[in-house]
Amino acid sequence: MTAPAATTTIPGTPAAEPRARFRDLIAAEWLKLWSLRSTRWSLLISGLAVIAFNVGITYNTHHYWHQQHVSPAQFIAQGGPLLDAFTTNAGFIMMIAAGAIGSLVITSEYRTGLIRTTLAAVPARRSVMAAKAAVLAVVMTAFGALVAAISFGVTQAILSGVHAGVSVSYPGALRVIAASALLAPLSALVGAALGAVLRNSAAAAVSTVTLLVIIPIAVSDSRHWSALLAHALPFPAWLRLTTVPYPQAGTHFPWTVAGAWVVFAGWALLAPVAMVVAVQHRDQ
Amino acid sequence: MAGCRAAPVQGTVGQVIELNQLTKRYGQTTAVRDLTFTVRPGHVTGFLGPNGAGKSTTLRMILGLNTPSSGTVTVSGRPFRDRTRGLRHVGALLDAGDVHGGRTAAAHLAALARSNRIPRQRVGEVLREAGLADVARRRIAGFSLGMRQRLGIAAALLGDPPVLIFDEPLNGLDPEGVKWVRELFRSLAAQGRTVFVSSHLMSEMEHTADQLIVIGKGQLIAAEGLAEFAARGSGLSVSVRTPDTGSLTALLTGAGGVVQPAAGDLLTVTGLSADRISELAFQHRIQLRELTTHAASLEDAFMQLTAASVEYQAGERR
Repeated sequence: MTAPAATTTIPGTPAAEPRARFRDLIAAEWLKLWSLRSTRWSLLISGLAVIAFNVGITYNTHHYWHQQHVSPAQFIAQGGPLLDAFTTNAGFIMMIAAGAIGSLVITSEYRTGLIRTTLAAVPARRSVMAAKAAVLAVVMTAFGALVAAISFGVTQAILSGVHAGVSVSYPGALRVIAASALLAPLSALVGAALGAVLRNSAAAAVSTVTLLVIIPIAVSDSRHWSALLAHALPFPAWLRLTTVPYPQAGTHFPWTVAGAWVVFAGWALLAPVAMVVAVQHRDQ
Repeated sequence: MAGCRAAPVQGTVGQVIELNQLTKRYGQTTAVRDLTFTVRPGHVTGFLGPNGAGKSTTLRMILGLNTPSSGTVTVSGRPFRDRTRGLRHVGALLDAGDVHGGRTAAAHLAALARSNRIPRQRVGEVLREAGLADVARRRIAGFSLGMRQRLGIAAALLGDPPVLIFDEPLNGLDPEGVKWVRELFRSLAAQGRTVFVSSHLMSEMEHTADQLIVIGKGQLIAAEGLAEFAARGSGLSVSVRTPDTGSLTALLTGAGGVVQPAAGDLLTVTGLSADRISELAFQHRIQLRELTTHAASLEDAFMQLTAASVEYQAGERR
């Protein structure tokens, strides 16, 4: 009765230990993410909010179309359809929601103390954080792609009612969809990195919003130095990638599409590195 | 003392927890100082110390969560942090609260098992063993502290490890749970595993551990068997109930005992064994209605030793 079931073999050196695989850590983090009800709800609500912002603006364009005195051709030439496909406000919502989800993936482990259970089970801390970053990146990329694709489809369908919609093959359309989709994993990884560094939910959320939203609003690109700063941040890079045609009037320091992609890539690489470094040497 | 347990099985020599001059400083404070001891397989080793003695800090260093300021600690010959996966080497329950309340018990364990490539079926096994099978699909947020302790113990058993570490595992458990935990620890040790259990209450360890490591203010006070430790105290105490308290007190005091009146016809005697008291009373025709030996001396020994350490430390600092 007292023996711990028939499951125990005679313990010696754990000879039968299978080789450690990174994909087991990925699978474990995947299980952890989806076993929280809040994951589904927060993704659903943020996705609907982003789509609602895009569809709302587009519906407005459609509804007041005849008061604007613009021809469909002019509207399309000015970039109207792609502006409505993923609005700036929707971009803000996307960054805030994805950033919060990303930072919570890490800070919820610190808040509950689960991080100690996790790291006692897997002492290879770098691998744990890399697995978290990978799962977050995959899930948020899929989320971003779905939200951006639905936004594009619905907004262009509405605009086609006044013959002002464009198709995916329209120059720049695919880039708008791709950059908007990738804004989700990018913001989530930035949030996760700040979560790993700060280890506190409130501090991580505030600093994530500050970095992703507040600073880009504060820095104008009318001066060279502040333009340099702005051009290193995720949100201005997203704006650059989704502004078609470019440059629009009032742009003082135009930059290239390639440059904006490099900024995207840079943050996407920097964030996981920060996550790994932040946990490696500190007491947990 | 250890003789009454099954001898450690062959091939377990390596699975010791070994601390060598382990020290942890936080700024000016030294949480753990120069700690050297070995925890061996085949025993339940109690890790005792008053609150704030540095027990949890020590356990975290053993598990590689905190880095020592100096000194070394190895489990089965290697620093635990050098392992890629931990659950097959050390099963640990540090704090029953170290879980996410939003997950179900089964999901929590499934993720842990998956990370260490442990078959999924093992989750059901440890849940049944911990008596949590009925609540496996319930979210941990609704669990009592006792249920969380059971969940933490289930997690520690997942990898069927040769070394198990538990920090205050009896907190919040009901009597049935305490009994289960004690039997579990004993059977794990009897199988030749190393079982290291911390507590701040001697009374908890008395019926659980057979080896003791006692620390106070981060320093080692004792590392020995339960019996040796008990012998350090003021000796056994014996409760005696008699209608003739006056005569018996005089008699026992004369024989070298220390007699303190407890309540009514009850006396507490130290310095004399129950056998000797019975013998003396019989010779002098004093009626005894009750004669009980108390192992409370363990608690006494613990209090005396740790109190001394606290005073010594405080005196040294000023």
